[in-house]
Amino acid sequence: MAASRKAAAVAEPLPATQLLSSLAAALVSGRVRVVDLTQTLAPEFPQIALPPEMGQCWPFRIEEVSRYDERGPGWYWNNFSCGEHTGTHFDAPVHWISGKDLPHGSVDTIPAQHFIAPACVVDCSAQAAADPDYLLSVADLEAFEAAHGRIPAGCWLLMRTDWSKRWTRDGDALAYQNFDDTGQHTPGPSSEAVRFLVEQRQVLGFGSEAIGTDAGQGLHLRPPYPCHTFMHGSGRYGLQCLTNLDQLPPTGSVLICPPLKIQRGSGSPLRVLALVP
Amino acid sequence: MTPPSTRPRRKNPVLRTRQINLPPGARSRVALGLTAAAAMGRFELQQCADCGAVLYPPREACAQCASVRLRWREQSGAGWLIAGTTLHHSNDLFFRERLPWRLGLVKLDAGPTLMVHLHRDVEVPRDGAQAPVRVTARLDRAGQAVLIATTSEDGRAMADDPILREMSNDPRQRKVLVTDGMTALGQALVRAFAQAGAELIWVGHAEPWKQHGSGLASLAALPAVTLVPLDLTDGRSVQALAGEIGGKVDIVVNSAEVHRTFGIAARRGTDVAKLEMEVNYFGALRLAQAFGPALAGRSADGSANACAWVNLLSIYALANFPPHGTYSASKAAAHSLAQCQRAELRAAGIRVINLFPGPIDDDWNQNLPPPKLAPAALAGAVIKALRDGVEDVYPGDVAQEWFERWRDDPKVLERELALGGA
Repeated sequence: MAASRKAAAVAEPLPATQLLSSLAAALVSGRVRVVDLTQTLAPEFPQIALPPEMGQCWPFRIEEVSRYDERGPGWYWNNFSCGEHTGTHFDAPVHWISGKDLPHGSVDTIPAQHFIAPACVVDCSAQAAADPDYLLSVADLEAFEAAHGRIPAGCWLLMRTDWSKRWTRDGDALAYQNFDDTGQHTPGPSSEAVRFLVEQRQVLGFGSEAIGTDAGQGLHLRPPYPCHTFMHGSGRYGLQCLTNLDQLPPTGSVLICPPLKIQRGSGSPLRVLALVP
Repeated sequence: MTPPSTRPRRKNPVLRTRQINLPPGARSRVALGLTAAAAMGRFELQQCADCGAVLYPPREACAQCASVRLRWREQSGAGWLIAGTTLHHSNDLFFRERLPWRLGLVKLDAGPTLMVHLHRDVEVPRDGAQAPVRVTARLDRAGQAVLIATTSEDGRAMADDPILREMSNDPRQRKVLVTDGMTALGQALVRAFAQAGAELIWVGHAEPWKQHGSGLASLAALPAVTLVPLDLTDGRSVQALAGEIGGKVDIVVNSAEVHRTFGIAARRGTDVAKLEMEVNYFGALRLAQAFGPALAGRSADGSANACAWVNLLSIYALANFPPHGTYSASKAAAHSLAQCQRAELRAAGIRVINLFPGPIDDDWNQNLPPPKLAPAALAGAVIKALRDGVEDVYPGDVAQEWFERWRDDPKVLERELALGGA
């Protein structure tokens, strides 16, 4: 009798009110932890660099309005400026030409439901340490699935490289950007891996620790910038400049990552939080 | 002031840092013509267009024929010292702190007799004889023209004279900040300051990840050089550096600029124009706010005092070059700001030197035909301007020619630059 009641409870999902109150209690008690995957918005945080004759994304800048002084005796506040793609940020489908005509493609029209979703974290830290140009392969994804189960539709695929530690731990902007005279050398996904994730696994988006979702040498892949091209061309999203991915389990975490509601915005800096069991 | 050739002793930190007392700065409106010429290193006096008389002191009408048609004309300065004296007492604070001070009377070959400061090497003749001298006009610490008699052309050995030192901003034994070491010009400046004997050279660089291939690393080998992060678009970065070295810098050289090659129609949007303004105008403002007060507080700090500020402007600050139209506009804004800065720092005796070069031979002028100014030539002009104590520099043939045309008629230069500057 008791056994059959238990079986029924598993088969029947918890009522939503009970589900949410359980989650709230778990957050309070710490059974569900909140991990911040966001880099601090600071003027010195490395900024994407395009050839100087092209348009540039603004870096983060901040200026005091007043600080308990003659400009405002009792209060402190700042003005800041930045681009939509500054710091830890979200890429919407309209960011790329392949996604320019998709419905609900800008940050203000993306269904809010998509801003909370589970995450799979593929650990490529050893490979990226050995090869800054490392490309996540289909084989890596198959190995991940063999160990942790099938990548579910509608989840984020996060590529853990520990690349963010070059900034958070070492404060080394040169190493984080990793330019030489052939451009930037940072890890990202291969063209085949992106197509596999989009076409065969229907992921929600792709997240990385480096300055872009594509590899630093992504311009030379076929097609150029495959992650931007395929993900955004299929209405999927991007997250970049993530950190603390080493604190996430391979599966089972849930990301909360709503971008700012910018009219016709192509992306936005945002706070990315992970709920971790 | 020109520091002595040997390294000055370190200051005693428990004594008050002396503050500047400026020399008498009042001049009549018409006498500002003398200052305007001295600001560019020239000695000019009024000459009557009707009778040809050369006049001194400056006046409204000719002392010979009462004509009002007086024109400022460059003078050779050749003349004879007819009397000299040494001042051992003065109620003026500036002179009181620098006594003894030598003064003389010079009869110019061109006519007038002048009251002048006397260089150390000029001997006052006895028994009514006269000594040949050359008179030059220099800016004093108050930024006003004064006249100095020397024995010959203004050589380097002469610069150790205490009176000339007051008029000069020699980088020797001084501590210099060059705000951008990532460019060919910045690197040429740093090498020129090292060559000129600067004691310390801080070299700023923004966006460190872009330094690969910029040549910045080659500067680090120079013993006087320290590389420092500095991004003029970031107020916090400017303040952080000022907090670290602001109290030590004697000369600021703002070489940072953004130069893009667009007018109004050639580029959609305002992002490029904003970036130019952000560095060329707002960057200069941030730098002036962060470093200016510290320099002003040390303008009488011993023999290696804070003394000068150098702004990299452009001849296009005077008239717009439409193919580089938004850049020109940003330089015009920077020019106006530099005038404000000069007025504010004058009270502290800090010399603000504005550079108005024509096209520099760099990446952003790649498509302009020669002549273009070599970065090393511009750097050399900066060192010379500091030593000579001038305010405005139009280095190179192109800048000289366009400046003359602008002086003659700004409209002519506007039209000429609109036609491509040919």
